[in-house]
Amino acid sequence: MSAQPGTERGAAAQAGEGGAPPLLEAIHLEQHFPIKSGLLFDRVVGHVHAVDDVSLTLREGETLGLVGESGCGKTTLARSLLRLIEPTGGTIRFRGVDITHASRRALRPLRREMQMVFQDPYASLNPRRRVVQIVGQPLRLHGVPRDEIEPRVRDLLDRVGLRPEHLNRFPHEFSGGQRQRIGIARALALEPRLIVLDEPVSALDVSVQAQIINLLDDLQEEFGLSYLFVAHDLSVVRHVSDRIAVMYLGKVMEISPSEELYRKPIHPYTSALLSAIPVPDPRENRRRERIVVQGEPPSPIDPPSGCVFHTRCPRATDVCRSVVPPLTEYPGGHLAACHHPMNVSAEEIAQATRSPLSPKAAGEATPEPAEAAANA
Amino acid sequence: MSHLLEVEDLEVSFRTEEGVVRAVDGVSFHLDRGEVLAIVGESGSGKSVSVMTLMGLTRSPNARFSGSARLRVGRPGEGDVTVGSEVELIGASDEVLRRVRGKDIAMVFQDPMTSLNPVLRVGDQIAEQILAHEDVSEAEARERVVALLERVGIPRPAERARAYPHEFSGGMRQRAMIAMALSCGPSVLIADEPTTALDVTIQAQILDELKQLRDSGEAGVILVTHDLGVVAEIADRIAVMYGGRIVEEGTLDEIFYDPQHPYTWGLLGSIARIDRPRPERLPAIPGLPPSLHDPPEGCHFRPRCPHEFGRCAQTPPLEARVPGVGGHRDRCWLDCEAKRERRVVADGQIGLAPKEAAAGRRDG
Repeated sequence: MSAQPGTERGAAAQAGEGGAPPLLEAIHLEQHFPIKSGLLFDRVVGHVHAVDDVSLTLREGETLGLVGESGCGKTTLARSLLRLIEPTGGTIRFRGVDITHASRRALRPLRREMQMVFQDPYASLNPRRRVVQIVGQPLRLHGVPRDEIEPRVRDLLDRVGLRPEHLNRFPHEFSGGQRQRIGIARALALEPRLIVLDEPVSALDVSVQAQIINLLDDLQEEFGLSYLFVAHDLSVVRHVSDRIAVMYLGKVMEISPSEELYRKPIHPYTSALLSAIPVPDPRENRRRERIVVQGEPPSPIDPPSGCVFHTRCPRATDVCRSVVPPLTEYPGGHLAACHHPMNVSAEEIAQATRSPLSPKAAGEATPEPAEAAANA
Repeated sequence: MSHLLEVEDLEVSFRTEEGVVRAVDGVSFHLDRGEVLAIVGESGSGKSVSVMTLMGLTRSPNARFSGSARLRVGRPGEGDVTVGSEVELIGASDEVLRRVRGKDIAMVFQDPMTSLNPVLRVGDQIAEQILAHEDVSEAEARERVVALLERVGIPRPAERARAYPHEFSGGMRQRAMIAMALSCGPSVLIADEPTTALDVTIQAQILDELKQLRDSGEAGVILVTHDLGVVAEIADRIAVMYGGRIVEEGTLDEIFYDPQHPYTWGLLGSIARIDRPRPERLPAIPGLPPSLHDPPEGCHFRPRCPHEFGRCAQTPPLEARVPGVGGHRDRCWLDCEAKRERRVVADGQIGLAPKEAAAGRRDG
């Protein structure tokens, strides 16, 4: 399945002025998993729509935050973008090169440039290997001469704030935060352009989280890295991201410059997510009016028709049940897929256009300016 | 006047190959009906060990306990115990613990995936507890289970009671755990990181559930957590733990708006907040939590504290240091005025000053 030409141009325009392709692009990306059943012969009885027609771009040097509740498909999307799994449909481009169905061999040189840091620092380091072996492994696999490995590892440990004497220790001798530093050093070993961070701090204590986030910040500046930062914690994501994409049930609900998302969320789902976060300030908490979304996300095996959030949305109407909302681009590079947007004025709605990143099944019409009056 | 639960000078230590670990080092607190006491701390601060010890869950050949935890049991109208009689939980016999646990003091664990039995129906697991403690028929227990599931907000409770844990989502499992904990009407509910494994929207629903329980006045809740957002939302009183000790305790507003211990400042300062402008860098507490094999002498926070001075080599007692506020106690030698001045960092917020800035202020 290939993308429509119009979409490709649109996505490229999204990438910005220079004409250089964005570092990473997903165009109408789909990742479906078959559900099998049957005694002797497996029959496919349905599909889990883990990622359902997602288009987004990651620019050079940028941090894109990817947030959503568990089961929304954010981790699957990240794994699919790195080609750890082969997508069911759509296109992935890395520096303009289509890697959607590239072979393992063709991918190998690209693997140097895209690395991953995992959520669980206890499960992602081999307990029988010493730090020098763990961090040196990618170097060895990519043919760095043996005698160059140790000095490189020493240097990497220094960069992530570990001491040279840690070189010959085993993972169990380290705290959670230190292990995450080892994971980061390993990801840095091959001097990648892109690092996908899958919940890199959610297993850590608050005071240590801050240390790791600051470290990631420094490394990005020093090496000009691009990050795809996957997390469920909106307060942490805000801190690291330039832009944030909010996912729900396999679809992108909203993409926005980071600060703006918190100041004026357009999608009711984003707003509900933000208001569900308890603020560490008792007086503020008492004052705040909160929308508690009832119920739980529906099953991705049989997602709701129209807007996937309509079953829990306080603003849902008939159109939400029948028409898939297009990703609508509002001024300031703020995109949201909602028929009844919040926090936008009549002029902003009038100026809004249908984004080329919209799902293929989406309706044509962007919201009516009358919406703004209804919101006031 | 005695409290519902009174813990005094609790000490828990474990003998290990590397030496003795003093996980809990002289912890005292109390709890009444209709209140939420939050015990806050990082991993290894001893918060979970403290509450699990109350349930008798840390007993093992290498563990050693001292101190006391007295629980008032029995309610008016119950024949077998006199109203207001007390049970000592530390060192209680297995027989006594079995009677109290689940009935008077119940616990909700962090991980709802591993704390339910995967091969038993959810309803049967809850009924088991009721049948173990009360003289009721199975049919009656089943009815109670359905009512409990309904109370904690599980839709179609009669049908869901027959489901297995894997058929429940994480949020529903946690609700089932809460239903199980509430099944015998305990007076103390211990919730150990009850929402950490859940999404924020589900977390909000579970916290509402705990609030209702608190407001009903039936029970007191001990909430163990590291999340100050959750604490701000639901706690009435807070105990901050560090390195096996309570370093500060007070009411919700006292801890958030007049924190006395530098560790509390650091905790408050290092949270990424969505309701404030984003700072250039997140303030972190430098260094690592102390090893409990070999904790630093004196104040346990000393090696990480920028305000450390000579006297910190002696352990500061937990006492009221804010003039006129008896319930607000802390373990820091600095005087109250100095604390008020030093805890203010950039743009007027509370936080832990960097070492250099703190030293500069001290010299100047």
